[in-house]
Amino acid sequence: MAGKGNSPRPPLVVALLATVLALFALIPLGYVVYMTAVTGWETSIELVFRPKVGELLTNTLLLIVIVVPATLVMGVGSAWLVERTTLRGHKVWAVLLAAPLAIPAFVNSYSWVSAIPSLEGVWSGSLIAVLSYFPLVYIPAAATLTRLDPAIEQSAGALGLGPWRVFFRVVLPQLRLAITGGGLLVGLHLLAEYGAFAMIRFETFTTAIMQQYASTFNGTAGNMLASVLVFFCLILLVLEARSRGTARYARIGSGAQAKPYRLALGRYQVPGQMAVTALVAVSLALPLWFVLRWIIAGGAEIWDLDELLPALLQTLGLGLAGALAATVVAFPMAYLAVRHPGWFTKSLELSNYVTSSMPGIVVGLAFVTVAINVMPDLYQTTGLLVAAYVLLFIPRALVNLRAGLAQAPKELDEAAQALGKSPFMAFVRVTLRLSAPAAAGGAALVFLAVVTELTATLLLSPNGTTTLATSFWNKSSEIDYAGAAPYALLMILLSAPMTYLLFQQSKKAAGQ
Amino acid sequence: MKIRNNALAGIALLATATLGLAACGSGSATPAATAGATSSAAAAVSGEITVYNAQHESMTKAWAEEFTKETGVKVTLRQGKDSEMSNQIIQEGDKSPADVFITENSPAMTQVENAGLFADLTDEVKKQVPEEYRPSTNKWTGVAARSTVFVYNKEKLTEDKLPKSLADLANPDWKGRWGASPSGADFQAIVSAYLELKGEAETVKWLTAMKENFKGYQGNGAVMKAVNAGEIEGGVIYHYYYFGDQAKTGENSKNIASHYFKNQDPGAFVSISGGGVLNSSKNKAAAEAFLAFITGKKGQELLQTGKDFEYTVGSDVPSNEKLTPLADLEAPTVDASKLNSKKVTELMTKAGLL
Repeated sequence: MAGKGNSPRPPLVVALLATVLALFALIPLGYVVYMTAVTGWETSIELVFRPKVGELLTNTLLLIVIVVPATLVMGVGSAWLVERTTLRGHKVWAVLLAAPLAIPAFVNSYSWVSAIPSLEGVWSGSLIAVLSYFPLVYIPAAATLTRLDPAIEQSAGALGLGPWRVFFRVVLPQLRLAITGGGLLVGLHLLAEYGAFAMIRFETFTTAIMQQYASTFNGTAGNMLASVLVFFCLILLVLEARSRGTARYARIGSGAQAKPYRLALGRYQVPGQMAVTALVAVSLALPLWFVLRWIIAGGAEIWDLDELLPALLQTLGLGLAGALAATVVAFPMAYLAVRHPGWFTKSLELSNYVTSSMPGIVVGLAFVTVAINVMPDLYQTTGLLVAAYVLLFIPRALVNLRAGLAQAPKELDEAAQALGKSPFMAFVRVTLRLSAPAAAGGAALVFLAVVTELTATLLLSPNGTTTLATSFWNKSSEIDYAGAAPYALLMILLSAPMTYLLFQQSKKAAGQ
Repeated sequence: MKIRNNALAGIALLATATLGLAACGSGSATPAATAGATSSAAAAVSGEITVYNAQHESMTKAWAEEFTKETGVKVTLRQGKDSEMSNQIIQEGDKSPADVFITENSPAMTQVENAGLFADLTDEVKKQVPEEYRPSTNKWTGVAARSTVFVYNKEKLTEDKLPKSLADLANPDWKGRWGASPSGADFQAIVSAYLELKGEAETVKWLTAMKENFKGYQGNGAVMKAVNAGEIEGGVIYHYYYFGDQAKTGENSKNIASHYFKNQDPGAFVSISGGGVLNSSKNKAAAEAFLAFITGKKGQELLQTGKDFEYTVGSDVPSNEKLTPLADLEAPTVDASKLNSKKVTELMTKAGLL
């Protein structure tokens, strides 16, 4: 029995279930491929190679080329200041620099447009994107920096490298995973973002698909744009996989690693303080201030509970359903990945990974079309919307669960059985219980994502359903900025604790 | 090992069941699309209806609330845009959950009509709405109307510098000075009128010049805001944005003046907002009652006194007195059922506006 326990062959039912889920995950990709195929070569070419697509291409590429490096510099730079220098108040700054993640990009855009109404074009788009997304780099970079083995840096120093060269030649290479991973996340967010860019009339593929959707529902031109967008996402995935490299960064050998030391800032203390203050001011204080300003300007009139309460409750309901569903679906996959690693589980994970890189608009279009034509009973149901959330956000649950399950070795499970528990009870009492905190963390992250999801929700929500995000969007599109403010505030309030949780978790998981 | 596998199978099944339950549980929290109520042609209506609403949410909400108060029929709204919803209804076909479709402009109505999905108007509706506000086919009716307008910034433009016709905005001297929202059904309706009045060649020419000259915004409200802020001198939108903003804070319209092209110009186009009952409706009696209600005295009075400032079209209820009367606008005569939204989207996509 012990010998069989090491068998790489996963339990059939779990494997089947995971396979079905993985196939289900490929619906959006299949949709794009199918639509391109049925559109025909000539029409496809005509719709893809036209000047408008050229404009969108220029805009999207510029955005990526400007924003990704900028977020990397700001994310890594601020993480280094906070974690590895004697910056005063670094404990407070550490949290404040992660906090902008609680402000959805479209709320950020709304605040900036309130501050400077003439914002438009690629530079404004880049500004808002950088301020919204730099925490995606900052958080993993900070987490990695706190865990670096100082011995390597000390050796480099002993061999005659100055602090700057130590940073570039020793510290930065060790941040490679945080940088490529964070950079990929930022890139995918840039491709998928709709609201933030639509508000400042900056056109990307996603905003153009939404425009086509408003004019034609799932028309051919929109579908072709979606194909191009998906192509971009796949390119980003490949780029990230390639630049990840194969170097090992883990410490080998016995003994505990020393705590990283902090570089004395000395006369750079003041410039350092000014830099982080400025960053927090524009990425956190400014958006919060303008939301509050509209709340005050709007007075009591904007608190229409008949509208606000259903939107809040439905958002909470969808968020909980999405979080629960994603966790449950992720469980068999995580289980296989941890207990039965191999090519099979790798390919399952890959399919999830690819799908979750698809923008919400593509998943929405795919589900609407497939549901109308193939599964009319699911059309416009909450179930379908929740399924879309699962596809979009499952990696958030998966990554956490995998880490949790890894800390629940199967030997413990076996020990419980040996002590007389039935296999089922042993599984529930040991494995499930030990992985529960990780599952909760993952679920919280999915919840956070669902609360601020806009495009897929607009397309798939059942009749009569409104969420905080869709209501905020409808009101701010009608330039009713005061009316939109309560929805913005509620989204921030719901997101804040989740962001804090994410921040805490990243510190623990950095070694993984 | 066998035993353990079975236990895991149990977990997996449990997981699937939980997922299913979660989906069903939250699914039942929202009302089913249509209750399949069994109301006959009797005068009393009951049950519920689903309205696909591309009109202002606030306006249709007001109609729905009053209608529910009078009849007890529950109304569920799905909010969307004209052409998005017309295409959606066509794809849904017989299975469409919609009982009633209400738009801001005519082209989307025509599209659904051409797909053969509308039921005939009832005599009550025909009696309430004059012929000029409904298509000759009587498959749908006007429920409100809106006029094209050139809003301009009073500090940047004087009356003598205003364009005489929509066609003038294609001239090179207007480059970079005006804006519009090309993705909106409103502007697309104006283009469809241009197409109907001037023909395809002229329209393509105008759209191509427009692409060179104009600045694009997402939504007419955004256009007006930009004009007000002086980013552009003028914009082609509908008349009611100005009045709506004035009734609220007035902050986004304090520098705005409205210029009506008149003279039967394409830019003087008055667009009819439509309403129709779907053939596939499972509660036709209630759906028809709703359409009769909004075109009736009470429904049109809500339009007259509400904050949407659209023109009334039915039951002899006059429009809000702040508006320039419809009769003075010298609008061109356009048969609403001839407006071709599909062609317009194609031409605009080709011109690079979409």
